[in-house]
Amino acid sequence: MSAETVRRREPWLRSMADFYLTAMRTQIQTQFQYRIPMYMYTLGMAAEPTIYLVVWGAIARSHGGAVNGITASQFAAYYIVWTLVRVMNIVFTPYGWEERIREGHLSGQLLRPMHPIHYDLADFAGQKIPWIVMYLPIGAGLWLAFHPAFHPRPLGVVVFLVAIWGAYVIRSFNQFILGMITMFTTRAGAIFQVWFLAELLLSGRLVPLTLMPHWSQSLASWLPFKWTFYFPIESLVGHMSNASLLAGLGFQLLWIAIGVLAVSGTWRLSVRHYAAVGN
Amino acid sequence: MRASIRSLFKRQWREVRAVDGISFEIESGEVVGFLGPNGAGKTTTLKMLSGLLYPTGGAVRVLGHTPSRRERDYLRRMTLVMGNRNQLQWDLPALDSFELNRAIYRLPREEFRATRDELVELLDIGDLVRKPVRQLSLGERMKVEVVGSLLHLPQVLFLDEPTIGLDVTMQKRIRGFIARYNERYDATVLLTSHYMADVEALCKRVIVIHHGRVLFDGSLATLTHRFSALKTIEAVLADGETIRLQVPKNETSQATAKLLAEHEVTDLTVEDPPIEDVIEQVFASEAPA
Repeated sequence: MSAETVRRREPWLRSMADFYLTAMRTQIQTQFQYRIPMYMYTLGMAAEPTIYLVVWGAIARSHGGAVNGITASQFAAYYIVWTLVRVMNIVFTPYGWEERIREGHLSGQLLRPMHPIHYDLADFAGQKIPWIVMYLPIGAGLWLAFHPAFHPRPLGVVVFLVAIWGAYVIRSFNQFILGMITMFTTRAGAIFQVWFLAELLLSGRLVPLTLMPHWSQSLASWLPFKWTFYFPIESLVGHMSNASLLAGLGFQLLWIAIGVLAVSGTWRLSVRHYAAVGN
Repeated sequence: MRASIRSLFKRQWREVRAVDGISFEIESGEVVGFLGPNGAGKTTTLKMLSGLLYPTGGAVRVLGHTPSRRERDYLRRMTLVMGNRNQLQWDLPALDSFELNRAIYRLPREEFRATRDELVELLDIGDLVRKPVRQLSLGERMKVEVVGSLLHLPQVLFLDEPTIGLDVTMQKRIRGFIARYNERYDATVLLTSHYMADVEALCKRVIVIHHGRVLFDGSLATLTHRFSALKTIEAVLADGETIRLQVPKNETSQATAKLLAEHEVTDLTVEDPPIEDVIEQVFASEAPA
């Protein structure tokens, strides 16, 4: 087959911004087609932190008002912000890769001149907007019920607003890499479970990291999980110094850079193993 | 059950060559039928040509690119349409998916609009593209799917059973559209289909594969000539009765003469057998013992 002329196209940066905006708009439209299921889902998501909040609040009260210096109302602030961070942290699950391959969706993405990670980043970024709108009344309800101790500083608010997006990108990269295991074996669920257990314990998702043993806090510092839950939450509700806040953003940036390298390296390796099974 | 338990302790591996040493060249602007029974290796070949699969051996070149490298310049110049796959946003009108494709392929807006409107008009789907995709019938969905796949005006089209499951009218519509696209843009088309009407209407050349090997590569007429040992004679008699005979090719004239001598014939046709029968003959002649 012979070569022919190549069509004119838009400059790269402008077209990427255009793609992200178009894909996000498409996702917002799609999400609003399913308002009730989306609300139920967001409500269900609030169950996990509410349980943690109730349990730790009760423990704090039974220990004279605080556990390790954290009061019941500080736990309330932590877990209410946790809920918002969790909404921001939702990314394409590695468990979805099996279906993505079987149904031919990945093949469809591979046929297009764009790395598939962009679809995930743009799609889920678009979904955040209706989800956050749905979260607001839930957050307000939790606020009224649990009276959190919430005294954010202006820098903390700014860092939080950046950090939740940083957390989203880090978690997207992590789970994309994890999902790529499916290209080697279609039964990768056990590996995913180990990863999620590590994340649960070392991210601040189950408990604030300061309540964990020192060795696990040290271990968490070397892993990406902390920067996806604990750091964004603490930037808003904790007592971090300005230096710690900015250093935290620096660590997020570092993990994003590592993620970019890891995704692109693993992708090159994985795509050679892709069997394009299914449709 | 026994095999499942055994597999817990000892896995058995078997290497299967889905495609083995096939070789062909296609000229720019050609429309080629790629035929074979289920499992012959057609889709595997298309997936290799489109860069979805990394071949374990051999070399593939399309438009000067090696497809498995998946270079963006290559992906912008080809498309793979699979009849059983839907890449459109299910809950939204196709126009929104088209808009997304515009952004993905980095198409200038004016050019995109002109192409979109032209393709929409060619397939007469002006109303359909404004309805959510989930409300479209299978055939309607296929039409908008085809338009969505061609918005970037690919030079090479890999079409894997684009008319599967469609009614005759819809098949005809899609066929006509492919033919017009080929003429208008001088596009190269490699088409697989189990409907011989697709092949007869669109392809001058066919490549037949079976068990991952090429059995035939040439014109449809040559295929019929080489693999069909029979001719079909159909005669309508004066009393209205129709006689249909299948005779060896070299006995056609004798059989016709005898028929005319023995009966009062009002109409007579001598034809090659339907292409489906010829293809079946090709597969049967190469079937493993």
